[in-house]
This record gives sequence, C-alpha cells and structure tokens, in this order.
Amino acid sequence: MHADPKGVLTGSYFFDGDFACAEGALAGECRFLAGYPITPSTEVAERMAQRLPLVGGIFIQMEDELGSMAAVVGAGWGGAKSMTVTSGPGFSLMQENLGLAAMTETPCVLVNVQRGGPSTGLPTMVGQSDLMQARWGSHGDYEVIALAPASPQECFDFTIKAFNLAERYRVPVMVMMDEVVGHMTEKVVIPPAEEIEVVPRRFTEEPPGAYLPYRIPEGRCVPDLVRLGEGYNIHTTGLTHDERGYPVMTAACQEGLVTRLVDKIRKNVDDIALLDQRDLDGADVVVVSYGITFRVAQLAIEEAAKKGIKVGQVRLITIWPFPEKRIREIAKTIKGFVVPEINLGQMVLEVERCAAGQCSTTLVPHPGGSVHDPMDILDKIVEAAR
Amino acid sequence: MTASTEKEHPRAKLLRMDRIPHIWCPTCGIGTAVNVFIQALIESGLNLKKVAVVSGIGCTGRVAGYVNLDSFHTTHGRAIPFATGLKLAHPDLTVVVFSGDGDLVAIGGNHFIHAARRNMDLKVFCVNNFNYGMTGGQVAPTTPVGAKTTTTPFGNFEHPFNLVHLAVSSGAVYVARWTALHVRRLKWSMKEALLKPGFSFVEIVAPCSTVYARRNRLGTGLDLMKFYREHAKVQHGMDPRAAEIQFQKDIHVGKFLDIEKPTWLDGINEGFSSVFGKKYVPYGSKAWLEMRSASAASAVKASS
Repeated sequence: MHADPKGVLTGSYFFDGDFACAEGALAGECRFLAGYPITPSTEVAERMAQRLPLVGGIFIQMEDELGSMAAVVGAGWGGAKSMTVTSGPGFSLMQENLGLAAMTETPCVLVNVQRGGPSTGLPTMVGQSDLMQARWGSHGDYEVIALAPASPQECFDFTIKAFNLAERYRVPVMVMMDEVVGHMTEKVVIPPAEEIEVVPRRFTEEPPGAYLPYRIPEGRCVPDLVRLGEGYNIHTTGLTHDERGYPVMTAACQEGLVTRLVDKIRKNVDDIALLDQRDLDGADVVVVSYGITFRVAQLAIEEAAKKGIKVGQVRLITIWPFPEKRIREIAKTIKGFVVPEINLGQMVLEVERCAAGQCSTTLVPHPGGSVHDPMDILDKIVEAAR
Repeated sequence: MTASTEKEHPRAKLLRMDRIPHIWCPTCGIGTAVNVFIQALIESGLNLKKVAVVSGIGCTGRVAGYVNLDSFHTTHGRAIPFATGLKLAHPDLTVVVFSGDGDLVAIGGNHFIHAARRNMDLKVFCVNNFNYGMTGGQVAPTTPVGAKTTTTPFGNFEHPFNLVHLAVSSGAVYVARWTALHVRRLKWSMKEALLKPGFSFVEIVAPCSTVYARRNRLGTGLDLMKFYREHAKVQHGMDPRAAEIQFQKDIHVGKFLDIEKPTWLDGINEGFSSVFGKKYVPYGSKAWLEMRSASAASAVKASS
C-alpha cells in the first residue's frame, strides 16, 4: 500500500536529520506524537507540532518522558500510528513503557537522537552510547528492532521503514540517530506518495466473540490488532497473559508468551536485519560501523587502501536484531574486525561474540563529544592487518 | 449456567464473568465501586461499545481486568497518560481511568495534575483506601497523619494529599467524593462525571480491612461502614481546602465542583481553526473522520 499523500511533502529539500525524520514519520503515516523537549531531538517534535495539525494528526507535549511513551502506547491501541522522540535521560525514562509496548505488542516508533552520557552528559554533543540500552533497557526478556541512519536522507527513509517494521512485527521500533546526523543538513529527496510503501495496520476481520487479541492467525507471526469501540471488549495487560489477553500467573504461560515475543524477532532476523557490505572479497580487515561513524570511517578506509591493506566494510543498518549469522561467516575469512563507535565498547561486544575467536576484534573507542579522528581508526586497521 | 433455573446477575453483561472470582478481599471497597460504576454506566445511556477503561497497577488497578469493555491494564502510575493517548487517537471513546490513590497521585501524580490542567476529557475514578493494599499496606500520599502502615510502623508523620483539593486546584471541571457506603450518591456522581466533557474526578473513600484497618485496629468491614455512616458529612459545594481527611475524623463528602471549561481537544480545535481557517479540519469531527477514511481508501485503491 502506498502512503497517504496528505502527509508526503514530495520534493527536494535541504533538511537536517531531525526535520527529515519528522517528514519520514508523516510519510510513514504517523498521526500522533507525544513528546517532551530534550536536546538534540527537539526539532523533530517542533516540526511535527507544526505539521501534524494540517494532516489530521495530534501533537501533544507531555509533562515528562514517562507520560510521553505511555501516551504513545495508548494512542497505538486507539488505532493511530504513533511515535515519540527523545535523547539522553529521556530515553532512560521511556524504557518503562517501552516494555509495556513490547509486552502488549503495540506497534510504535521511538526516535532517539543520541548524545553523550551518562546522566545529563553532553546535551548538545554527539554520542552513540545508547545501543545496548535500546536492546536491554526495559526489564525482562524481549526483542526490539533498531535502525541507525547515517544521513538526513536515511533519517527520512529509515523512519518510514521503522513504522512499517512496527506494524509487521508489532514491536516498538527505535530509530537510533545521533546528534551529528540529527543536526547535519544535506539534500533530502521526498518521493511522490505512490512511490512510498507503507504497511497498513492489520485489523482483525473476525467478529467480536470469535476474536482473541493474542491468538495468531494461521500463516502470521503476530496477532491481528482490533478496532476499539466496536464491541470487541478486548483486554490487554502488562501482566503475563494468554490468548484472551487475560493475566495468567504460571511458568507455563510465561514460557509460551515470552518465548513468542522473543522468537518473532529472532526467527525473522534474516528478513529484518539489513546491512551494507562492501569490498568483502579478499579483505583482511573489515570495519564494522554504523550511524555517523560509518561516514567518518571512510577516510581511514581510503588511507588504509593506499597503504595496500585490503579493507572491507560492514555497515549496520539494523542494529537490532544483530546480523549474527553474517558476522560469523565473515569472521572465518578475515584477520580482524575493527569497530569504531562513539562509546567505550558496545556493539563491539556483539561483533566479538559472533567472531568467537575466529579473527581478532578491535574496538576504536570514543567517549563522545565529537566524532572520531579518522586517523585513530586507521591506526587500528593497520594493527589488525598485521 | 442454565437460564431456566438461575437468573443472570444484572451486572453480568458488563463483567468478565470468566474472570470471577476476583482477587479483592472480602469487605474491600473496590468491588462496591465497580458495582456502582457498572450501574452508572447502564443508567448513563452511553453507547457501551464506545466506553474504554484504563487502569494502572495495584488493587484498584485490577478493575480494567474485570469490566467487559475495551479495557487496558497498564503500568504503575501511567493510566492517565496512556488514557490520554487512547482518547486522542480515538476521540469518540468515553475513556475512564479507574485506579487507586497510590497509582494516581503518588507515582502518577505528575500525570494527574497535568491532565487536570489540560482538562483532558477523561473520567478519573480513584478508590482511596489510604494505603498500598496489594503490596501489603505501605504508606501512601493519602495516609492520614498518625495512621500506621508497614512502612510507618510508628505512625505516619507526613502530610497527606487532599485529593479533591488537588483536583480542583489543578483544573478539573467536576470533582466529587463519596465513601463506599454512599452507593446511590456515588452512582449519581459517576453518571454525572461520565457525561461531563473534560477532566472529571470522583474519589471513593473505601475500606481496606485486610491491611489498613487491621493495622490501625479499626475493626471489621462492617465497623468501617458504620464509621462512614456516622462520620461522613455531606456538604455539596464546600471549599475543598477544608475537606482534608484526618485520621478517624469526619469525612466531608459531596460534589465540590461542577463547572464548564473547554476540553483540551476543544481548545486546540478552536485555536487551530482561528489560525488556519478552513484549511484546518477540526480533530475528531465528522469531516475529520471522512478525511481519514478517504485517505485510507485512496491508498488501498492505488495499491490494489
């Protein structure tokens, strides 16, 4: 199905990542945003506050991030494609109701324009240190999807993708931008509505009485949603629940439910996980990067090539689920992975786990506040190639 | 159940009978509040398909699980913001928030005052039993000074919230308080609240004989009802500031406030209409519904 033309601002623009993200949300048919101002994500909310009223949507500035995320989940059940946007400490506060979204299988999108942490950290400066929190931030076992755009154009494209994935798998999907990508201004092309693919919400066609909110129709991996106000009298809860949505406090119900919540992502990793692979044939060293760091690494890779080092690249488009299988395969054929990231070692742990000793794994750490000096990445590439 | 020999309970249609027996203790006031709520719903004349109930966590948080309506059992303290999202995404629903004092005014206190300030169109029914019942009877922001709880074993020395004053001063348009004894008056208030656009608040002072009353040696459930009969003073329109609940003193009940004020949605519709003129389609209006279904239909057509 193509996008509702009402929300699509077809044309070529000079946009920053935050504005592009807002336009992507509108093109992806987001019609509800609840948020709380926080740097460097505020511009997304500001643009939505300006745009939503004329496309039949709601923007509401909530009293905090706890309420913002709760309202997003509520709006999801109300039938809207809904989102919030935050940074830093706001992301921490949203974890509570992100868990509710995971447990109740509410499609929604959370955009995190990452800044330096912990705590208040570096409000106006870049970080990439929320990747593990995106995966493990709420308590309990669950899986999510997270995407990492590297340009304003991708902020537009990936936000649409995020809404589509949220519908397809009934999970909260995170767009893990970073301050540099959020604030850099580049050309953004918004195609005509009929060229934008959107996944419509799947509402049950079963009648009230026959429909069970957590029963999975044949051939599907998630249950169908339901329109409220039509006499279905559905119940949903953050407690462990059965197909009726009723709480059931047993180990057996827990096993069935939580395993399903995790498996719907884990068993579909090949369909969900996207990565950009370059020059892997005959590579000795492979740089694994994402977000702005992918672009910073290009200079280091060029310089390494000039030195005669065969360098390949894997760019993680989907951070979560992690493309485990592919990294394992690559590890067999190379000397080492080099992983630059603006944190002191997060995704490198995943790379190292998948490499499982088949090759070396080297972190190029950076605690945040700026992007890497490409020469630091180059040094590690040279080391790894030895 | 065979229809010929047993009559269906008059509330059965609006209860999830497949979940009964409920978890509440004998003499708990929540069951009474739910019973009254259902009667109020029936008498309100509302289309019950269009009524949704949202609860948070705690004993009263379980209400959403027993009412046979679209119902949501959410996270601790977040019933109001969840309900805000629900109401705004689906504006033709009547959205009821049914939860306890700890849920609504301790962990959810910020949401409570802001939803009231905005005059969000929510009907908030708060069972106040002066403590956290589900976790075994800890001090709450409503526990009167002097009352014992498991976390104030020597008596509570903190000032409690006066919920009706809090609601009035935060911006609610309808505020009432009754006890679990006042079933007819409570029903009347709930009905008024259900039909009133805007942030309506009804406090239901209710017995928790298993933990709060036992720890304070207040007697049985019947003793608590007798206490309400003797000490609840009906005083409509009284100054809510003077309606503070003190330990085992008179409880002022009645309707404290019933005023007209534009709801949040009325406000933005009026505001945007004045800014954008005819370009703005009032949110939730007939034209808005048509616009939404037209967009969806054109998208389907193009994709087929």
